[in-house]
Amino acid sequence: MADKKWMPRWFYQLASPRWCYDITGKLLPIFAVAAVLLLVTGTVWALMFAPADYQQGNSFRIIYIHVPSAILAQSCYMMMAVAGAIGLIWKMKVADMVAKSCAPIGATIAILALATGAIWGKPTWGSWWVWDARLTSMLILLFLYFGVMALNSAIESEQTAAQATAVLALVGLVNIPIIKYSVDWWNTLHQPATFTLTEKPAMPPEMWIPLLVMVIGFYCFFAVAMMLRLRNEIVRRERRSSWVRELISG
Amino acid sequence: MSNIVTKQAEQKLQSGAVKVDGPFWGALKRDLLLSYRRKSDLVNPLIFFLMVATLFPLGVSPEPQFLADVAPGVVWVAALLATLLSMDSLFRSDFEDGTLEQLLLSPQPLFMVVLAKVLAHWMLTGLPLTLLAPLLGVMLFLPGEGMFGLVLSLLLGTPTLSLVGAIGAALTVGLRKGGVLISLLVLPLYIPVLIFGTASIQAAITGLPLGGYLALLGAMLALGLVMAPLAISAALRISVSG
Repeated sequence: MADKKWMPRWFYQLASPRWCYDITGKLLPIFAVAAVLLLVTGTVWALMFAPADYQQGNSFRIIYIHVPSAILAQSCYMMMAVAGAIGLIWKMKVADMVAKSCAPIGATIAILALATGAIWGKPTWGSWWVWDARLTSMLILLFLYFGVMALNSAIESEQTAAQATAVLALVGLVNIPIIKYSVDWWNTLHQPATFTLTEKPAMPPEMWIPLLVMVIGFYCFFAVAMMLRLRNEIVRRERRSSWVRELISG
Repeated sequence: MSNIVTKQAEQKLQSGAVKVDGPFWGALKRDLLLSYRRKSDLVNPLIFFLMVATLFPLGVSPEPQFLADVAPGVVWVAALLATLLSMDSLFRSDFEDGTLEQLLLSPQPLFMVVLAKVLAHWMLTGLPLTLLAPLLGVMLFLPGEGMFGLVLSLLLGTPTLSLVGAIGAALTVGLRKGGVLISLLVLPLYIPVLIFGTASIQAAITGLPLGGYLALLGAMLALGLVMAPLAISAALRISVSG
């Protein structure tokens, strides 16, 4: 009872798949509308109105996809690991489901980041792929996602699979600071971070504001994709419970 | 009641009857003895190591200059694969005959037992690989200046490989087909060790200081020693209960 004082009530409610299903049902349209608005605004702004780079011309515009997806691929991994840890510590089923829902989305976004980086690298660096520290560590992130997904599907028991995946995701967390700081630690081809929380971006505002819009749009899109998967997972796993039966029949 | 038990435990601790390192030496001795009785298993990773390194001159080019260039990478990749190959059996036989369950149930700290098992694994694969590496270096025309870096980097790097690999082995021990899955889980985590291992040999060949690379390998080993047994223990508990 003592810990109820410092743990907010919603944290306990999160543990209930049914409550989670209801709340994501309410949040889903909000995030979906926000994602569409932000992504459309950001894309139009970035492709038509943002000024061209004085060195790279128009080819730089792919960063409006590349940077948000690269940021999101890492955030998604962290979310997966944190959800996995919550599942391990508090034995929360919903957290396990969140972690499981994150992996395929994160892998797809990581592929998107690598692919857009390669497309940008061809005209700018002159080659599709460079064995640069950040590219390599991003590739490792993708492999980690694959490992997590493979382990999850290899174990039959849902609970064991979730716990084993959580341990693996937490171990793989060591890669995140390596990706983040690879461009600062090693003097490599990839330029330093576009956005930092503490400093003003090196780009003019006409360039970085659409990028920021895109980043937030990507996060909203992730929230939508994640909630859709989560709701599927909840219904699939709770299919024997009475409320899901009522939901399906009614 | 619990008070008496704690007092007894305290007395035992003071008299030296209970030692924290007791399970460590016990598990280490047991694993070494078990492997000693099945000597053929010991040699297999070493032969594999030699064979992988032989594939490169035959498959790519026997040119001495080319081989000298790729030697650090080839030796490291071969060592990595040999470690990975031997990883699957680390907990397998203990899991199958029920020893693992007994170890998990025992009141001894699992951290120590796991650390001992990994140490035994390293003494039987990583250490021989390190000692055999100069021979491979000579076969692949690695310049003499690189030998020192080769042995030192492997000496610092292979224990990390054993520690990280054991996490994968622990996660897949309950599965019938764990072999390929282990590689999938563990190889991404091996990449940083590989990068710094080969970089230190390259530095040694070109006459640059290699202290920085070795320090990073040492740092990874220190982190692995402290954190990996925790992850391995947690993974074993999950695998066995599932």
